Amino acid sequence: MKTFVYIDHFKNDVQPASWEALGLAKSFGTCVALVFGSDTDEIAKAAFEYGADEVVIVDDPALADYRAEPYASTLTALATSAAPDLILFPTTARTREFAAMSAVDLNTGVLTDVAKFEMNGDQLVATRPIYEGKVLEKTVCSGKPVMATIPARAFPKPERVAGKAGTAIKAEAKIDALTTVQGYAATESAVNIGDAAVIVSGGRGVSNNPALGLDEAETAKKGFAMLGELAALLGGAVGASRAAVDGGYITYAHQVGQTGKVVAPDLYIACGISGAIQHLVGMRNSKLIVAINKDADAPVFNQARYGVVGDLFAIVPALTEAMKKKMGK
Amino acid sequence: MKIIACIKQVPDSEAKVKAEDGKVTWGDAPLVINPFDEYAVEGALQQREALGGTVTALCIGPESAKDALKHALAMGADDAVLVSDPALTELDTVGAARVLAAAINKIGGADMVMFGRQTLDNGAGLTPAQTARVLGLPMLGFVGQIKVEGDNVTVDRITEEGRQTVSAKMPAILSLVQSIGEPRYPSFMGIRKASKATIPVWSLADVNATAAVPVITRIELMNPPVQETKVEMITGDSPAEIADKLADKILAEKVL
Ligand SMILES: Cc1cc2nc3c(=O)[nH]c(=O)nc-3n(C[C@H](O)[C@H](O)[C@H](O)COP(=O)(O)OP(=O)(O)OC[C@H]3O[C@@H](n4cnc5c(N)ncnc54)[C@H](O)[C@@H]3O)c2cc1C
Ligand SMILES: Nc1ncnc2c1ncn2[C@@H]1O[C@H](COP(=O)(O)O)[C@@H](O)[C@H]1O
Repeated sequence: MKTFVYIDHFKNDVQPASWEALGLAKSFGTCVALVFGSDTDEIAKAAFEYGADEVVIVDDPALADYRAEPYASTLTALATSAAPDLILFPTTARTREFAAMSAVDLNTGVLTDVAKFEMNGDQLVATRPIYEGKVLEKTVCSGKPVMATIPARAFPKPERVAGKAGTAIKAEAKIDALTTVQGYAATESAVNIGDAAVIVSGGRGVSNNPALGLDEAETAKKGFAMLGELAALLGGAVGASRAAVDGGYITYAHQVGQTGKVVAPDLYIACGISGAIQHLVGMRNSKLIVAINKDADAPVFNQARYGVVGDLFAIVPALTEAMKKKMGK
Repeated sequence: MKIIACIKQVPDSEAKVKAEDGKVTWGDAPLVINPFDEYAVEGALQQREALGGTVTALCIGPESAKDALKHALAMGADDAVLVSDPALTELDTVGAARVLAAAINKIGGADMVMFGRQTLDNGAGLTPAQTARVLGLPMLGFVGQIKVEGDNVTVDRITEEGRQTVSAKMPAILSLVQSIGEPRYPSFMGIRKASKATIPVWSLADVNATAAVPVITRIELMNPPVQETKVEMITGDSPAEIADKLADKILAEKVL
């Protein structure tokens, strides 16, 4: 089987799930990495080191900023001439969009957020979550190529072999953009909770500490800084419930759940989060869930492996200290 | 300004959804407007308020989906259209996009067509971009803010990495996210108006479309393996003692 893997990046910063997709593609046979953008030599080099047999580079200043139409048309052209059996993408806002468009061009379909692949004869069967993961479906795509996106951390990341090289092929971009990029503002240091191995998450409870004598916003700021310390110590990221995002305590990029991001870290620590279903669907596939909540009846405890009934403003700093000691930091 | 908001009807997110005898069931939980699509309606209404014009809610679904359209009407949409046809039971997203595109044309087009980010049931998040592709219109995805000047629309896209400001000539297709603002509650007057509204139902023939053979088909449904995690409560006389025990437990799990 010949698989294209689209290496997704933002301003040349690669989404790690791209490498996971590459590893998966290798297990199916020949793997061709696609790198779109401008000044992408480093990405192409990394693609070889992660195991790509071939790298197709479409390097054009017009592709420097992601835009749906030229990315879709460039992919359509490559897929038409090379006829891969499968095109894999890491699931991101960008890939969902331009893969969707290219599928229209190629008369095929996209299987999104695939958790597992298996072969049934020569047909690829994908398992994916529907109804917010309450049900799973096995689906097949009768079009060719089959297109599929995989969520971060669902498949193992391949070993990187420094210095490994291969055949690089340059290809032409199809520039038919219908939009103009005016600018970009980073929401702080580009959080990507989807890739984090550890997430320390805060909810409305993070604004509740009367002892500080501060207003809600200031309390939440202190509270999230405290969660940030624990997250940093554990090499992780900070997540949030929607109540915390709506309260303006932290930006939307951190939101976990139905209208935020679905995450599956190795460790998820929920602090001052009640455990509404819309939050749980975003984090319940985490390997280990720890919940800290004042209320012994909070539904979040039904999802957790370890629970602490208590004030997060007392428990979280104590946990940071304890972890520091035990981890020798 | 002519605006269309595409909405779907789905089981409520509190519903206990299960796979049973090869079918998806949700007991007697209500069917509601796809929560993501409330942002599409909200964004459409905001633009109508700023610029004047009309908002039409558009849905492909069974007869029962009229209730979701009525929710959009009660929020303030001017009119609603249901596309319903027995040939549409096995619809994948490309199929939905083709039918929506045909219905949008039949309505007479629009300056902006608003979508939700994804459906709760299928969760694909593909239909907006595929509709844009079928119609050959610009796609502005994951929009949290909209500004219209003349025949130009400038939006802030909320992506993993931050906010990207992008503009396009209208007509354009937009998918809207939470940052657009909380969807308004239906007003009393709105609910009354919606309950009296007659919603036209168009067949595939009415929109000059044919049912395409789906490219993506489901072959099996399963319930996810039940997680048998039983919570273990960590207690102690002081935060330090609790933290110490909890730290040991976490380290023993070898997840770090
Ligand atoms: C369509 C839709 C989509 C949604 N999408 C999402 C989503 O993506 N993500 C999401 O998270 N929610 C989502 N929600 C909202 C969800 O239903 C809940 O309202 C939200 O998750 C609640 O957030 P919370 O747990 O932080 O707040 P609350 O439910 O208010 O819980 C706060 C908790 O903090 C505890 N607490 C208070 N003070 C302290 C303290 N000092 N120490 C310890 N504990 C304390 C309280 O006991 C309580 O359990 C969605 C809702 C809808 C309708
Ligand atoms: N049957 C439908 N009728 C109207 N709009 C739909 C329908 N299905 C999907 N949509 C729109 O497309 C978006 C994405 O759907 P999906 O690609 O299925 O996740 C939804 O949020 C709706 O705005």
